[in-house]
Amino acid sequence: MMIKTNDIEPKAKHGFLKESTKNNLRIYKYNFSKNKLSILGLIIVLICIGFALFAPYITPYPQHAKEFVDFNNASQAPSLKHLFGTDVFGRDIFTRVIYSFQGALIMAIIVLGISVPFGVFLGLLAGYYNGSWIEVLIMRLTDVFLALPPLILALSIASVLKPNLTSSMIAVTLMWWPWYTRLVFGMANTIRKEYFVKIAELIGASRLHILFREILPSCLSPILTKMALDVGWVILIGASLSFVGLGEQPPNPAFGQMVADGSKYMPDLWWMTIFPALGIAFIILGFNFLGDGIRDMFDRGRQ
Amino acid sequence: MSKEIVTIKDLKTYFPIDKTKFVRAVDGVSFNIKEGEIMGLVGESGSGKSTIAYTFMGMYKQSGGEIVFNGKTITTKDNKRDMLFKKDAQIVFQDPGSSLNPYQDVRQILSLPLKVHKIVSPDKIDEKILEILDMVELPASFMYKSPNSIGGGEKQLVSVARALCSNPKFIILDEPTSSLDVSIQAKIINMLLKLHKEKKLTYMFITHDLSLMRNISTKVAIMYLGKMCEVAPTEEFYKSPMHPYTQMLLSSIPVISEEEEALKPKKVVSTGEIPSPVDIPKGCSFHTRCNQKMDICCIEDPMMNEVSAEHFVRCHLYK
Amino acid sequence: MNDAILNIKNLKVWYNTYRGYAKVVDGVNFHVGTGEKVGLVGESGCGKTTTMKSVLRVIDSSINHIPEGEILYRDKDILKMNYNDLQQIRKKSISMISQAPSAALNPVFTVGEQLLDVIRYSEQYNKKSGKKDLMDMAVSAIKDVMISDPERILKSYPHQLSGGMKQRICIAMSLVTPRELLIADEPGTALDVTIQDQIHRLLRALVEEKGRSLIMITHSLGVARELVDRIYVMYAGNIVEVAKTKDLFSKPLHPYTKGLMECVPRLSGGGVTTGIYGYIPNYINPAPGCRFCPRCPDAMDICSKEKPQTIEISDGHKVACFKYTNS
Repeated sequence: MMIKTNDIEPKAKHGFLKESTKNNLRIYKYNFSKNKLSILGLIIVLICIGFALFAPYITPYPQHAKEFVDFNNASQAPSLKHLFGTDVFGRDIFTRVIYSFQGALIMAIIVLGISVPFGVFLGLLAGYYNGSWIEVLIMRLTDVFLALPPLILALSIASVLKPNLTSSMIAVTLMWWPWYTRLVFGMANTIRKEYFVKIAELIGASRLHILFREILPSCLSPILTKMALDVGWVILIGASLSFVGLGEQPPNPAFGQMVADGSKYMPDLWWMTIFPALGIAFIILGFNFLGDGIRDMFDRGRQ
Repeated sequence: MSKEIVTIKDLKTYFPIDKTKFVRAVDGVSFNIKEGEIMGLVGESGSGKSTIAYTFMGMYKQSGGEIVFNGKTITTKDNKRDMLFKKDAQIVFQDPGSSLNPYQDVRQILSLPLKVHKIVSPDKIDEKILEILDMVELPASFMYKSPNSIGGGEKQLVSVARALCSNPKFIILDEPTSSLDVSIQAKIINMLLKLHKEKKLTYMFITHDLSLMRNISTKVAIMYLGKMCEVAPTEEFYKSPMHPYTQMLLSSIPVISEEEEALKPKKVVSTGEIPSPVDIPKGCSFHTRCNQKMDICCIEDPMMNEVSAEHFVRCHLYK
Repeated sequence: MNDAILNIKNLKVWYNTYRGYAKVVDGVNFHVGTGEKVGLVGESGCGKTTTMKSVLRVIDSSINHIPEGEILYRDKDILKMNYNDLQQIRKKSISMISQAPSAALNPVFTVGEQLLDVIRYSEQYNKKSGKKDLMDMAVSAIKDVMISDPERILKSYPHQLSGGMKQRICIAMSLVTPRELLIADEPGTALDVTIQDQIHRLLRALVEEKGRSLIMITHSLGVARELVDRIYVMYAGNIVEVAKTKDLFSKPLHPYTKGLMECVPRLSGGGVTTGIYGYIPNYINPAPGCRFCPRCPDAMDICSKEKPQTIEISDGHKVACFKYTNS
């Protein structure tokens, strides 16, 4: 007797998530929430995202994030009117710190958004074609990039380009992808030997299908974990670049740039350095805790 | 006169370990499978039975010999197979766990061959999947299950269903039930036999379980260290096994009734170890363990001879 | 039963999962006499390995919970023993061979070193013996398991040996020092049929020669038939039938035993049966009554409500089934 498709439970077919995914999500939530720090991390990250999205609405002096001078109010210590004090140009530091979250998160999103797919794709190719010239080409190129110290590489690239946020993003993207290639190469090399991949080949599936539908899903957990932990690193490197003047240019605020400017006046006008530095620490800490949580979430050993 | 679906002539598959040494996994094997037959391939580890299947499917490169499938010869140098081959020849592997992608559900797994070979139009795929699940007697609710939530026997049924998706002519079953319990094995074997009749399929069934082979195959071939020792129709194979290795194997099967004990050949105790495939003994490769060996066995490798109708043996005792 | 060296009484083992307790072993009664060979037959998931691992207490106590039962070794309860006494049992009285010999042997030490470790650790040798004497013991153990050229094998690493050899070495390790009870967990599964045959004969011969007792865990009725004197049939955590080997095969009583025997492909041909209908029950919230009831072709009303008691039908032949309660 032929069973029609209508006979299948609508929930199973039309539900937003597959039954198997729902099961997995339950386990993920259980594993993730076991560690209180991960939840704290998640909250911090959500706050940072909130800062970035709603900066114009939650800051008292949004215009201070652009071209603005008010020498009458310059170098004021923290007060009720200016929570984090003002800088040498009279701009409210609290406002500028909040606005800096925008640049940091944009940097993380763009850098990872480009380098990860690129690096993962190369890693899949190299792993699947292990032994052929494709793998040799890709992995030796990866080796070259990885051999150079990351910060030096970023600095050299950024110094060649016009100094602004875009250039620092290009620089960090260019040095970030090899880590993902190496990560995925090892995994793809192992997974391609699994029977279900061989069957897909024997059935005649296209190479793209095999790479993205058969091999990639098994690699996702380590990739996502690494991405979560990498956000902190990208932001830190971005801050390092802007510290030496190779990132976001004034009058736009950036963490590293503000720390650099304020460092000249330490320790007297301490608020100009300390608060931006705390801003960096806050966002990096948040992403680190979150990253640990994501790693635990995928840790099937607990089951 | 049935058509020959598979003809293998002097197939060789060698794996180099270094510049000079080879593992002769398959060393000059010839046989044919006619339409509708279930050919059984028996052997111990290192015999090359799985390697023959993998070489045929194109997973390994042939080192020599000829493969003819459904009338078309497959060129020696290449281990590429064309789309028609990939549609008409399918394989089911031993390990149910790694045969199914744990990140896909049954629907995705079964729709792959349907899409690749364009068996049905995209809007009819769900319908076709339900038809196939019905064929292997799995409930429709299996469509959205992931491999992690179904048992070993059911996973194998999904693998079989996947093999059927492309309407194949020939299916290789590489020890499909070896990792399953006896009660589940019975279900799977019944299913395979039912499908064989209904869909007019041809099988190559590989196993080490001789009792199972007795009940499923129409023809049995036994392998030892890359060479075929004996080929015969099933009843003949079990009633009058000729090769000493066949006798040794048959006499060591554990059985559960007295009547079966009586059917076994006289007990041949196996002595010594199975030689490693790297270091195959000279002459007849079995002579180190053979209880009926003669002088010539240590020097010359015997040829395959037809001793009675369709019954071939490769042994100096029967020339 | 008087000379039973191992006596398991009403053993229950529960696994702690995040969904609740999985009642994997559900009241098992089992005994082995001196010099007796006993088989424990069941399919995967029935709890046979868990039962035997509990004997040596090699189960993970954070996951496994034993709410009830006694495991008496010569009248001393293993479950209640302190660590020192338990170690004495492990060193001197009971040994276990597991399924996969490659997992049981340490890949970074030679086989000889591992064998010597076993001898030293068992404290069953003359303390004055030097290394040479210990080596002699090892060599004679290897010779017992029919390995030619023992000196060369002792110097080899596990990866240089075949599966059959490794399994034989594991057997040698269990038998090198005098122990009363040997538990063999599917010793031939990973091996070829001819080698498996060799191993089984070997095991049988050695056990008989040295007067030891043997518990053989297997999923194959055929193997049990060739090797042991008495067979326990286990299903879903319960012993459903126990009988002397001959009796079990000539007159199987429990529907599961009968079903299992029917499922085994016969050398005489005749095709394959349809198998046993249904699936293994859920261990976490098992339905009341006999655990085999949903799959049983002879199920009666009472089967789904109450658990059957074990009844002795004839000499040594016991079955837990309501079909036989009245007779």
